[in-house]
Amino acid sequence: MTKKTKLICSVIAAAALIVLLICSYELTDSTSMLRSVLQLGAIYALAAVSMNLLNGVTGLFSLGQAGFMAVGAYTFAIFTIPVDKKAGVYYLYGVADGLADIALPSFVGLIIAGLMAAVLAAIIGAPVLRLKSDYFAIATLGFAEIVRILVASSPFNRITNGSLGLKAIPGFQDLFGFIPAYFVPFIVVALCIAFIVLLVRSSYGRAFKAIREDEIAAEAMGINLAKHKRMAFIISSFFAGISGALLAQFLGAVQSTTFPLAMTYNILLIVVIGGMGSTTGSIISAFLVTAAKEWWLRFLDVEHYIGDFKVPFMRTGFRMVVFSIILMVVVLFWRKGIMGNKEFSWDGLYNFFTGKKAKKAAKAAEGGSIVE
Amino acid sequence: MLKIENLHVYYGGIHALRGINMEVADGQIISLIGANGAGKSTTLKAIMSLVQKPEGHIEFDGTDISKMNTRDVVKQGIVLCPEGRRVFPDLTVDENLTMGAYLRKDKADVKKDRDWVYELFPRMKEREWQLAGTLSGGEQQMLAVGRALMARPKLLMLDEPSLGLAPLIIKDIFAIIKEINNAGVNVLLIEQNAKAALEISDFAYVMETGTITMSGSGRELLNDDRVRSAYLGE
Repeated sequence: MTKKTKLICSVIAAAALIVLLICSYELTDSTSMLRSVLQLGAIYALAAVSMNLLNGVTGLFSLGQAGFMAVGAYTFAIFTIPVDKKAGVYYLYGVADGLADIALPSFVGLIIAGLMAAVLAAIIGAPVLRLKSDYFAIATLGFAEIVRILVASSPFNRITNGSLGLKAIPGFQDLFGFIPAYFVPFIVVALCIAFIVLLVRSSYGRAFKAIREDEIAAEAMGINLAKHKRMAFIISSFFAGISGALLAQFLGAVQSTTFPLAMTYNILLIVVIGGMGSTTGSIISAFLVTAAKEWWLRFLDVEHYIGDFKVPFMRTGFRMVVFSIILMVVVLFWRKGIMGNKEFSWDGLYNFFTGKKAKKAAKAAEGGSIVE
Repeated sequence: MLKIENLHVYYGGIHALRGINMEVADGQIISLIGANGAGKSTTLKAIMSLVQKPEGHIEFDGTDISKMNTRDVVKQGIVLCPEGRRVFPDLTVDENLTMGAYLRKDKADVKKDRDWVYELFPRMKEREWQLAGTLSGGEQQMLAVGRALMARPKLLMLDEPSLGLAPLIIKDIFAIIKEINNAGVNVLLIEQNAKAALEISDFAYVMETGTITMSGSGRELLNDDRVRSAYLGE
């Protein structure tokens, strides 16, 4: 395939996606399941892509995602709740003095949310990034739990409103007067993911991958391990913070229980199903998993009768059991996930349909003499 | 061009290098032979600043590199091709080579060097888009050498390039090392396969338990009785 054909294909595909998105807006009403699943899917896609940058691309297995999302969500909420609603939200403890009159526009709130998560990552990164594999995972997991407990703890009552959580968080708003609020999360997520994709394709991205593959060899090539790990950690956390903030906007209210450990595992599940190391995989699987969990598998949580026969197991919570089984099946039989660690490419798709790659491999096997 | 004076390295309480003195002259292949645990790899790692706080003086082209970090050592033109190949298995052959030139900004010359590496290793050209992890052991070693060359080193340090390879492949690898040297790259070679290494070396050092016990031209050492009995098994 020539470069030109690929470019045309990409433009057509992008246009088609936009048209579909517009259809999802025009053809549904505001309470439609499709709309919220797509929005939530986009938000999880950003969370998954940012986690994938760390876990899949750089090979640093972090379990702190929910922690950074919580930081982002709370930061966003604290700075954007409208001034006139603050008294109502903080009715029990009162609002901290400096915060009472602050209500920033959502765009600024999103940036601050990301920055706050990034700053925290920079602080905890210094000690935590010295740890390897499992220990790193445990340390980041601990961090996420600390965040969750701290935001609900009494010393911060006047900032985070303790265990009551924060409400009245402004939702998405119309952009520039002509873009409906519905599209805002998609635009933000698309911009963020575009940035991450460019990063992964740059020489920094190559360095991240080299670190994942072999730290010693990477260091011998002149890659500064500490610097690049820190960078991946901070950037990943920045976008985790933004995705948390978007989630806060989507939900309209956050509590410490919005970001339990299970949240991290959910996002990890998305990354694993998509294929560790593949950004496209993370995006695709974010939408699939969200749709399955919030929508397609909902029927599992409802009691069903066939005639007089009550279908066993089907009751509230069964959906999550099925979900866990799916995760196990994926890990056992389909370890590489949807995309492996490959990215989507038109060549890949073309070869997939024409079976060209298989032929090529077969040819190489019979033609190429093996060295050893 | 490379001069090491009184180099000491400690791993915790273990005194791994006990005052090494050696020199790599311009245009030569120098090899370092010795038994397991003699400190050969440690010497290379100390040059690359890959070990904690080596003591002593290491000078390269007149600059003191003993206190530099790895990145700056690579920038000076010293590249290590680490033991056990260590190619990046999930990157393609081509991407592996790109990583070798990570610190270089001169894109046109990088391209030239890539062509040169493909010329040295035609098999790599055939497998340009293959994942490095799917290559055979010999091919991975070639890729590791090619990747190191992509940094355009003045001094290429090879740690056990023949490890785990069939005799025929080892012959290829050594022929290529010779060719690389003829192209103007200095080579510092560590080998268990002492005979093959000494045959192509201009000068060689023998290491035992952290010290250099003998040195001489490759031919001299090949004919030395002690070397013959200890390392050549004769």
